[in-house]
Amino acid sequence: MQETKKQTVYLDNSSTTAALKSVRRAMCQAMRDNYANPSSLHRLGMEAERMIEAGRRAAAGLLEAEPEEIYFTSGATEANNIIIRGAAQAYAQRGSHIITSQIEHPSVRLTCRDLQDRGFSVSYLPADERGRVRVDRLREALREDTILCSIMTVNNEVGSIQPLSEIGRELDKKPGPRPLFHTDAVQGVGKVDLPLKEAGIDAMSLSAHKFHGPKGIGVMYLRRGLSVPPLQTGGGQERGLRSGTENTEAIAGMTEAIEWLMQNEEDNRDYLRHLRRRLAELIQQAVPQAVINGAPPGRKHQDVQAPHILNVSVEGIRGEVMVHALEQRGVFASTGAACSTNKRIHSTTLASMPLPQGRIDSAVRLSMSPMNTVDEMKTAAQALKSAAQQLMKG
Amino acid sequence: MPKDHQPNRCGVILIRYGEIALKGQNRGYFERQLVENLGDVLDGDFGADIRRRQGRIFVELEEGADTDEALQRLRRVFGVVSVSPASRVPLDDDDIARAAVDIARRARRLHQRTSPRTPFTFKIDARRANKGFHLTSPEINRWLGAEVLRSIDDIEVDVHDPTLRLQVEIRDNYAYLTGEVLDGPGGLPAGSSGTALGLLSGGIDSPVACWHMMKRGLRMEAVHFYTPPFTGPRSHQKVRDLAQKLARWGNGFTLHMYHFTEIQQAIDNYCPERLRLTVMRRMMLRAAESLADRRSILALVTGESLGQVASQTLHNLQATTAVLRRPVLRPLVGMDKQQIVETAKAIGTYDTSTLPYDDCCTLFVPKHPKTQPSLKEVDKAEEQLPVEQLLSKKEVDTERFDSRGRPLE
Repeated sequence: MQETKKQTVYLDNSSTTAALKSVRRAMCQAMRDNYANPSSLHRLGMEAERMIEAGRRAAAGLLEAEPEEIYFTSGATEANNIIIRGAAQAYAQRGSHIITSQIEHPSVRLTCRDLQDRGFSVSYLPADERGRVRVDRLREALREDTILCSIMTVNNEVGSIQPLSEIGRELDKKPGPRPLFHTDAVQGVGKVDLPLKEAGIDAMSLSAHKFHGPKGIGVMYLRRGLSVPPLQTGGGQERGLRSGTENTEAIAGMTEAIEWLMQNEEDNRDYLRHLRRRLAELIQQAVPQAVINGAPPGRKHQDVQAPHILNVSVEGIRGEVMVHALEQRGVFASTGAACSTNKRIHSTTLASMPLPQGRIDSAVRLSMSPMNTVDEMKTAAQALKSAAQQLMKG
Repeated sequence: MPKDHQPNRCGVILIRYGEIALKGQNRGYFERQLVENLGDVLDGDFGADIRRRQGRIFVELEEGADTDEALQRLRRVFGVVSVSPASRVPLDDDDIARAAVDIARRARRLHQRTSPRTPFTFKIDARRANKGFHLTSPEINRWLGAEVLRSIDDIEVDVHDPTLRLQVEIRDNYAYLTGEVLDGPGGLPAGSSGTALGLLSGGIDSPVACWHMMKRGLRMEAVHFYTPPFTGPRSHQKVRDLAQKLARWGNGFTLHMYHFTEIQQAIDNYCPERLRLTVMRRMMLRAAESLADRRSILALVTGESLGQVASQTLHNLQATTAVLRRPVLRPLVGMDKQQIVETAKAIGTYDTSTLPYDDCCTLFVPKHPKTQPSLKEVDKAEEQLPVEQLLSKKEVDTERFDSRGRPLE
């Protein structure tokens, strides 16, 4: 399997991660032995049900929540849709104002946009130069009829940690009922503390494939006592909120990934911070003109910057071209922006940050996982250097 | 037993071809090419047996063969004017009448489902190729018309605009009856006019241009100019997908991926910005010509349409073509964008062409390219460019696709 000539350095872990060996094993085993429908009355069905309930307890343990607050979905996109659309519908009589940010994932941003077309009014909060949502703008945006606030935990393009606790406190101050507070924690889980209780978060979305679990399975947390109407009707699985036969094997796989995450959480974070620091240093030595978007490494930025994403710009080289050039050198990264010359669709996060255009156009996202090595950071920095030399004019 | 009596065959497809019948003494050659191309698309499936007889081609399929699939493949072959699924019966009055009534009954049932409010009309259109048959064509029309009228209710004759035109061909050993005519693309059989080399960009126009020339009987190869890392593997795949789609029209397709990055960068370094696009087109055509030289190809094909973009003015066409010794065929030169888009949709390349992956043309376009450069200006613009040296380092990967669009080793 291993290519001797060109090593593969996978630095696109914010897009998706490789499934752990234990995850693959658990899934194969579930497909082989535990294939029954969890709703079936017989013993095999009960065993399958037991398996998914074990997964529910694991997810609850990870979030320090109750199992009854955990719902399985196909991933975070579905969870975001259920919560945002559901809350809009459930609280429509109370008000029609929603707050979110300009740097959300499309599954939040475009869901809000859709609600806007259906008569809701939406405020999109901007981010500062480090990629953090501006709380002062939240204060201005909050209205009496605000029913929902959805702000991500960690931004997927620059890795900025969002000020959820401060946002939660602002929501507390609003007169009348507190808006439902949702956070898309896809990029945060395992990488940063999730301030579920401290920020007063009501709902949260997770996706297993971002932490070495399988694709097609995710978790929706909904605080006890809250309920939203379901998007789809059917067999009433997941307490009626998400009908459809449970994806048992994916749940079995995710359970393994959660256990791995909980056992290694501190080590993983330390190691990721170490990798990010090394990578940033190596890049700055190799390519002095490279600029980091988001916060640089360092203890003082630890609370505002996730450890697994390093977003860099080498101005003058379009991010997309740099991604291809890195690929030629065996390094796999992302732009985070679908940027086409014809349609100039920029990275929404970077575009909403007060940054020069040249920096936005040239941004490349390198995202690490605990599976990466320091040697790979060296390879990546060298690849960036040689690509920059090849592509720089004059 | 007559020669073409093969008891295990039942489905027959009748193929009509028009233009090539006009081609005088070349006719036999064109017909053989058409039969070969038809055989190519059937690809050994359906147990098909293809025969040419008296200005028609008959494709017999083995029992249980998927006639619809065979029809769909055959009606894409250039040179085919129309195809019809046919019933073949022995030259026996009862058999012929029964087959005619069956076809009329099926057509009427379909008509009732699709447009129940309009009356169902028919006409018999007999053609007696076998002059030994005991009835003449008008007699057959009257006879079968009466049979159908007697056997089916609520049906009328309309000789001018019938719902069903039931065609009957009386041939040496069998009668062929058909009620359905599906259009083919027309044109000339691919390969009957030689081979040309198209410049395939990945946009909407160039695949359509290749298609039009295939329709004129050309076997097409294409060159794509690939500029990694400025373009990625997805734009490479996009061009490959287009080649596959074209292969299914042209009885195979050859795609040359020409690594153009070094030339592109040299143009960026040595040529004034406003003329870069013209020089780039020139270099592409030169590179294409050198490929054509090696492969004894006599013409190049581009998707240029006059005035569509800045590089497609008369000045630019002159400046880019002046360096060539071959004709550049531009089948789209007088077409509107709308026409081109419609063709692209009809031939199935549009959805691929509009995928958002850049090719080098979109990436390197200067903001304000010169629309009316003189030949002299362009010659001067490339003075610094080591043209021969750049063209000598040809790095080309060639891929071939068969007539079903599958990659060949």
